[in-house]
Amino acid sequence: MAAGTILLAARGVAKTFRLGKVEVPALRGVDLTVEAGEVALLMGPSGSGKTTLLSILGCILSPSAGSVAVAGRDTAGLPEAELAKVRLAHFGFIFQGYNLFPTLTAEENVRVALDLRGVKGADAVERSREALCAVGLDDKFRMRPRDLSGGQKQRVAIARALVAEPDILLADEPTAALDSETGKAVIAILRELAVTHGRSVVIVTHDPRIAAYADRVIRIEDGRIVGQGQEVL
Amino acid sequence: MIIRIALRNLLHDRVRLAVTLTGVVFAVVLIAVQGGLFVGFTRATSCVIENTEAEIWVASRGVRNFDVTHPLPDHKFHQILGVPGVGRAERFIVRFANWKKPAGGQESVEIIGFDPGSGLGRPWIVTAGSEAALLLPDAVAVDEIYLAKLGVKGLGDRAEINDRRARVVALTRGIRSFTTSPYIFTSYENGLKYASLGRSQSAYVLVRPAPGVTAQALRDAIAAGVPDVDVFTREEFARKTQHYWMFTTGAGMALLIAASLGLVVGGVVVAQTLYATTVDHLPEFGTLRAMGAPGGYIHRIIVAQAVAAALVGYGFGIAVSYFLVGLAERGGASIVLPPGMAVGLFFLTVVMCVTAGLVSIRKVTSIDPAMVFRGA
Ligand SMILES: Nc1ncnc2c1ncn2[C@@H]1O[C@H](COP(=O)(O)OP(=O)(O)OP(=O)(O)O)[C@@H](O)[C@H]1O
Ligand SMILES: [Mg+2]
Repeated sequence: MAAGTILLAARGVAKTFRLGKVEVPALRGVDLTVEAGEVALLMGPSGSGKTTLLSILGCILSPSAGSVAVAGRDTAGLPEAELAKVRLAHFGFIFQGYNLFPTLTAEENVRVALDLRGVKGADAVERSREALCAVGLDDKFRMRPRDLSGGQKQRVAIARALVAEPDILLADEPTAALDSETGKAVIAILRELAVTHGRSVVIVTHDPRIAAYADRVIRIEDGRIVGQGQEVL
Repeated sequence: MIIRIALRNLLHDRVRLAVTLTGVVFAVVLIAVQGGLFVGFTRATSCVIENTEAEIWVASRGVRNFDVTHPLPDHKFHQILGVPGVGRAERFIVRFANWKKPAGGQESVEIIGFDPGSGLGRPWIVTAGSEAALLLPDAVAVDEIYLAKLGVKGLGDRAEINDRRARVVALTRGIRSFTTSPYIFTSYENGLKYASLGRSQSAYVLVRPAPGVTAQALRDAIAAGVPDVDVFTREEFARKTQHYWMFTTGAGMALLIAASLGLVVGGVVVAQTLYATTVDHLPEFGTLRAMGAPGGYIHRIIVAQAVAAALVGYGFGIAVSYFLVGLAERGGASIVLPPGMAVGLFFLTVVMCVTAGLVSIRKVTSIDPAMVFRGA
């Protein structure tokens, strides 16, 4: 993907959750574009709508208003089956709670992402192991999530998100459980994906130390973007 | 990966897996045993008919089954002999009678009086003594399975049938009666006495066609030429008797209902536990959906769980069933589990488990993939 191509474009995205009669506005009109080759950080206080925005950008949650275009295709009004195809074709996700399969080994967890995309057999095993090595888990292929530390689980989740080389990587607090050295190493991997392969990376984080690796920091407060660029730090 | 995920999901909770498999085994064994009894009984009702060389059975009009008979007058026999195409015809007696055990006590028995000369309607498995000895006065053959019931030990033992003397001169093996009254094979001449039939009367006339004549053609010819009789081919009479005992009396329905109960109860247990397994792993299914897994991928995992449970459960279940078949063989009941039925039961088990799994598919179809962001 040529750097500068707009991979992700949100226009006037709003989201209101309804809890019985109470309406909770989580996003109040967000415009945002993310280019190929770019690492964007999404920062803001707890409850400001970061996760909500990330799931709307990833076509997992549909907005109450506004639209999201993925690689130039408007996703508004697409049925869930089509949205699933868009997710499979373009996105890699790192979820806030890891969301690993407790019954599968680290290598198998990673392999699921390839299996979904039709990559099977020895090829899939090899690529899964390479992805685990890339996040420093060379000796943990056969371990189950319950036998891994929080940081190791997070890295398995990262390997799973990276293994299929998605156009757009969406990560929710990917370094929260990592010490600062490993955290930096992980962000470096994500950055390398963006720069050398021309992918987009959007990271939700509270961690100001990783801002140095970002091209752009987007600040969100109370469901609105209140500032963009390195200067907001 | 789909199969691997399915198996790991099942193995994750061993106790629940055990319950799932118990449900499948329960259904398989219940269906196999009840169905096997059904087949065993069905075969028992018509075993004498199907094990004779006579292709045609003639009875007095209105006969409903093999066992309950009305006397056929002697002139019918001669009319039948006169029908063109008849190769051989013999009188044959079937009649309930009273067996008095040597040590006291009574049993109901079913006298089978056949013509030892032609062998039509003879006992087909004789393990001791001889069929020829049945020509002697008062000579009878009983089955090994019923020795205890009849209060005799073996060859040479004496008893009374309808107050007339009887002596065991031959033993048969595995000739079970459906009516709980054991078959007592004897010669036509002896049978006349035991059954208190008039001179030359019989219950049936068994007929073999002359060479080149088909059973159907001869049946039609006898039906047209002899009034006031019912004429059947061997297969027709066997079906009629089976149908009478299994359906007209409700005996067969009871077995079939018990078998379908096994299917329902087993299916419900399996549906419950597969559902619980699916609910346990709902976060993973949600993750798969969020990652963009097509609906079919997730459905295949659930179907694979169901099929795996079916395969293993069937394996255990059919093994237990054949063990019970072996036990029953030594007892009085006959459970018959033909290979075709075992194969049919296999597919039934798979269908049952997959249907049970469909309940879970409804559940996963309704997951909101956004659940993944709410923290697992
Ligand atoms: N499914 C939901 N139903 C109702 N309200 C929700 C739901 N998801 C989020 N919210 C609300 O929307 C607002 C934004 O939530 P969101 O999870 O996007 O915040 P966040 O910025 O990711 O917070 P954190 O940093 O704690 O993860 C919050 O007020 C939250 O309570
Ligand atoms: Mg969040």
